[in-house]
Amino acid sequence: MTLYTAVTDDDRQAMLDAIGVASVDELFETIPAALRMAERLDLPEGMAEQDVYNHLRDLASKNTSAEDEITFLGAGMYDHYIPSIIDMLLGRSEFLTPYTPYQPEISQGGLQVMFEYQTAMSELTGLPVSNASVYEGPSAVGAAGYLAKLTNGRTRFLVSRGMHPHSRATLETLSVGYGTTVEEIPLANGVTDLDALHTMLGDDVAAVFIQQPNFLGAIEDVAAFSDAAHAHGALAIASADPLTLGVLEAPGNQGVDVCVGEGQTLGNRLDFGGPSFGFFCATEAHLRKMPGRIAGETKDVDGRRGFVLTLQTREQHIRREKATSNICTSQALNALAGVVYLSWLGRKGLVELGELMLQRTHYARETLTGIAGVEALHDQPVVREFALRIPGVDVASVVSRCQDAGVNPGFALGRAYDEFSDGLLVAITEQRSKADIDKLAAVLEEAIDAERSGAPAAGVTA
Amino acid sequence: MTVSEFARIPMQDDEATTIFEKGAPGRRAFVAPPLDVPQVDGLIPDKFARAAAPRLPEASEPEIVRHYVRLSRRNFDLDSGFYPLGSCTMKHNPRLHERVTALPGHAKLHPFQDPARSQGALELMYNLERALGEVSGLPHVSLQPSAGSHGELAGVLLTRAYHEDRGQHRTTVLTPDTSHGTNPATVTMAGYKVVKVGTNADGGVDVEDLKAKADENVACLMLTNPNTLGVFDPNIEEIASIVHGVGATLYYDGANLNAIMGISRPGDMGFDIVHFNLHKSFTQPHGGGGPGSGPIAVSDRIEPYLPVPVIERVESGNGAGPHFDLIEDDARRPKSIGKLRGFQGNYGCFVRSYAYIRSLGAEGLKDASETAVLNANYLLAKLHQDPEVAQYLPLAFGKLCMHEFVLSGAPMKKELQIKTLDLAKRLLDYGYHPPTVYFPLLVDEALLIEPTETETRETLDGFAEAIVAILKEAKDDPSIAQAAPYSTPVRPARRGRRGEEPGHPSAARLTAVRPGACRSGRRPTTARR
Repeated sequence: MTLYTAVTDDDRQAMLDAIGVASVDELFETIPAALRMAERLDLPEGMAEQDVYNHLRDLASKNTSAEDEITFLGAGMYDHYIPSIIDMLLGRSEFLTPYTPYQPEISQGGLQVMFEYQTAMSELTGLPVSNASVYEGPSAVGAAGYLAKLTNGRTRFLVSRGMHPHSRATLETLSVGYGTTVEEIPLANGVTDLDALHTMLGDDVAAVFIQQPNFLGAIEDVAAFSDAAHAHGALAIASADPLTLGVLEAPGNQGVDVCVGEGQTLGNRLDFGGPSFGFFCATEAHLRKMPGRIAGETKDVDGRRGFVLTLQTREQHIRREKATSNICTSQALNALAGVVYLSWLGRKGLVELGELMLQRTHYARETLTGIAGVEALHDQPVVREFALRIPGVDVASVVSRCQDAGVNPGFALGRAYDEFSDGLLVAITEQRSKADIDKLAAVLEEAIDAERSGAPAAGVTA
Repeated sequence: MTVSEFARIPMQDDEATTIFEKGAPGRRAFVAPPLDVPQVDGLIPDKFARAAAPRLPEASEPEIVRHYVRLSRRNFDLDSGFYPLGSCTMKHNPRLHERVTALPGHAKLHPFQDPARSQGALELMYNLERALGEVSGLPHVSLQPSAGSHGELAGVLLTRAYHEDRGQHRTTVLTPDTSHGTNPATVTMAGYKVVKVGTNADGGVDVEDLKAKADENVACLMLTNPNTLGVFDPNIEEIASIVHGVGATLYYDGANLNAIMGISRPGDMGFDIVHFNLHKSFTQPHGGGGPGSGPIAVSDRIEPYLPVPVIERVESGNGAGPHFDLIEDDARRPKSIGKLRGFQGNYGCFVRSYAYIRSLGAEGLKDASETAVLNANYLLAKLHQDPEVAQYLPLAFGKLCMHEFVLSGAPMKKELQIKTLDLAKRLLDYGYHPPTVYFPLLVDEALLIEPTETETRETLDGFAEAIVAILKEAKDDPSIAQAAPYSTPVRPARRGRRGEEPGHPSAARLTAVRPGACRSGRRPTTARR
C-alpha cells in the first residue's frame, strides 16, 4: 500500500491529546452508527508505486495508440506533433498544482497565461473577447446555446448536420434544461444547405450553428450563414478548428457573434478524448453573458501591471441562480498548452502548418480517389480532412483490414451518419508524410479488394 | 514590518510583459517538415481564405521557455507550500500519475479508436467505475462529466428525465443556504427554480423548514454531507425520508467526499445521485483552474437515464476473459439523457485517479479520510489553544469538525479592525496560501480551512503560529495586515476610477492585449519602479 500521509503513531497520539479525544473514531461520532461502514471497502489492496506503474503500463499496452499505427483518424481530434517544451512547462509544479487563481497577488503567472491565451484566441477567431476556457468542443457549443437563449429569450436552435455529431448531441441534451429545441439543417453536396436554412429561419430562432470546416472536412460559407441568421435576429454561432485559422478566414471577420471550438489541436494530447479545452470567443456585445473565467489587465496599488479575474458578477460564486453558467473548474492547464503551442508555432508557423496540411490533404484526396471503387463524397474545398465513399463494401470491415496492415485509414462515417454508411473520413496532419499517404493508398486498395473477394480478415480478438 | 527600501524583490522589479510584446519580426521556434507533395495553388477559394494572418507572437524557443518559466515563478503552488483552501481538497499530487498518464498507450490513444483496439482504456474506465461505485455505495457510474459543476448538471438532468418518464412535471429544486454557488446555477441551467432551505443551530439542514418546503413540486434536494460548514448532518436519514416521501431525488455534491471514504457512503445515507470531483478527493492536479473530472454514481432507479456512452463488460464464455464495449445507441439506451460532451470524458484524469485508488487500496482510502479529519481537528485545536485566537476567530458551528472547519472573523474585525480578507492577504507574506474566504455566505467574515491528509503536523503547527502572530501584530498595528501583502509579485489591485472591479473593461482593457497596438518589433522592456 502506498500512502501520502505523514502521521506517525507518536504524531497521532499527540494530535488526539491536543484535540482532547481518545481515538480517531471519536472524531466520526456525529455520523450515526447505522451509517458507519462495518466492512472494509470492497477494493483491491493498495500497491507499491512500481507495481502500480507496471499495471498501468500493461493496460496501456492493450491499446493501439497513434504511435502503434500510421493513423489518418481524426473526426474531431487529431494526431498533431506536440513540442517538447509543452511537456516541460505543463509539468512544472507552479502550473500543474495551484487551484483557480482566487488570490491574484500569488497567481500572476496563471492569470497572465489566461490573458495571453485570451489574446491568442481573439486573434485566431477575429473576435474581441475570449474567456479563459470551457471544458471542450461539444460542451462549448452547448454553452454558446445558453448564451443565445439568455440573450434573446428565443427557443429554437437550428444546427447544421455538418456539425460534429457529439456537438449536436450535447446541444440536444442541454436544450432539455434550457427549454430550447434543436432542428437540423440538412447538407447538400457536403456543406450546409443554405436554401434549406432560409426556409427554416424565422423570428423565433435563437441561434444558428455551423462548423468550420464541417465534420465532412468541407469549408463552409460562414459569411452567407451569418447574414442569413442576422436577417432574422438570430445569433450566428460557429464552431471552428483553430488550427485551420491560419489559412481560413476568421469567423469573426465573417459576421459570427460567437465562435467556439475544440482546442485539442493546439498542443494537447489525444488522451482518448480528454482533457483538452474548449474555447469561447464573442463580439463585445456578448461580454456580459459569457460563461466562465475572464482575466483582465489592471494596475496594483503601487502602479505595477497585473492581471485579475474580472467581470465576476456573471459567475456562479457571485450570482448563484442568476449566473450565466454553472462552470467553475475549467481547463486552465490545457489552455496553457494552447497558448504555448501558438507561441511556438508563431505568426508564420501557423500559416505554414495550414499550407502543409492543405497541400498534403489535396494530394491524399487525389491519390485515394484514384483507387478503383473509391470516390469523393463531395467536391467542396477542404483543408485537413476529406470524405470518401467506397460503395458496395462494409467500410468498418475495410478499416479493420487496413488496421491489421498497420494503417488506420480514418473514421467510418456509418458510425455517425446513416446516409453515409459507405463513407470514410480521412484526416491529415503534419505527421503524415507523402510516403504515409502512398502507403495508405496501397493498403486501402488491397483491403477493398480483399473485402470484395471475401478473403478472411485477421481482425482483433477483444 | 514593511519592505526595507533596500530590499529588492526581483519579480516585483520586473514588470509583467506579455509574450505578444516580446520577440521580433522574423523570429520563430517551429520549423515545418518539408513539402513533399506537388504544390497546387488556389486550393482555398479567395472568399474563404484568410486575408490577414493572426498576429501571433514571433519568438525563439529559448525566449518562449524563459517567458513561461518566469511566469510560473509568479504563481504559488501546492508543491511549494501549504494550501488550506477549504472545499478544494488541495492534497498532494503524486508524480507517478503524470508518468503513467504520459505513456503513449494512454496519451496517444485516439478517442474514436475501435473499442476492440482500446481494451486497456475501457478496462481501466470500467474498473474506475466499479471503484467509485463502491466508495459511494451507488452501483452505476458514468465518468462522462468534465468537472463537479458538469456532474451536477448531469445529476439534475437525470432527475428531470426520471420524473418526466413518470409523467411528472416538477418545477423546483431545494438547495441549502450553505450550498456552493454551482448548485443554484446548475438548477437554473436545468430549467428548475431554486428554493432555499435554512440551516439549523448545529449547521445542518433545518428539518422543519425542509418539511415545510418539500412538496410535490420538488424535483430534488441537493446536499453536501459533510456540508460546507465541515459538519456531518446527523439527520441525514430523516432528510432522505422526507425528500423521498414527496417523490423527489436526493443529490450528493461530492466536493467533501474526502472526509468519509471507507467510513460512510452516500448511497447508504439515501442519496440517489452523487458526483465526485476527481480533482479533489482523487488527486487530479488542479492545473491552476482545471482540468477536472466529475463522474456521477446513481441508484438503480436512475440508471436507465445515465448519459452515453456507457461501458459494458462482456464475458466471453469461452474461457478467453472478458472484453469491454462502449454502448451508445438509442436502441440499447433508449432512456438516456444523451451526451454531455465529446467522446468518453476526461480520460487522462481517469488514469491518474485510477492509479491513486490502486496505490492506496481500500485501507489507504480510509486512512486518507481519517487523517484528513484528524489533521483538521488538530489544526482547529492548535489554533484554539491560544485563547486570543479562540476569542477573535471562533468556530462557526459545533465543537469538532470533519475534514474542514469554518471560523468566523467577525470578532476579529470588530475588535482588531482587520477583516478576514486582511488576514488572508497577510498570510501570503508568511508563505501560506490563504483559506477560502467569505464562503459559506451564511457565516459572517467566514474563513473555511481544509488542511487535507497529506500535510505534516509541523506544517499545521507553523500555520497556527502564523495566525497567532498576525493577530498579535494586528493588536499593535492593524494597518500592517490592512495593506498586505508586501512580498508578492504584485500587490492588491487598484479599483477602477468609478469603483469598478479591477480588470473591468471600462477600468482597463478588454480581455485581450491588442497585438498590433503593442508590438511593432520593439524589444522587451523592463519597467523599473
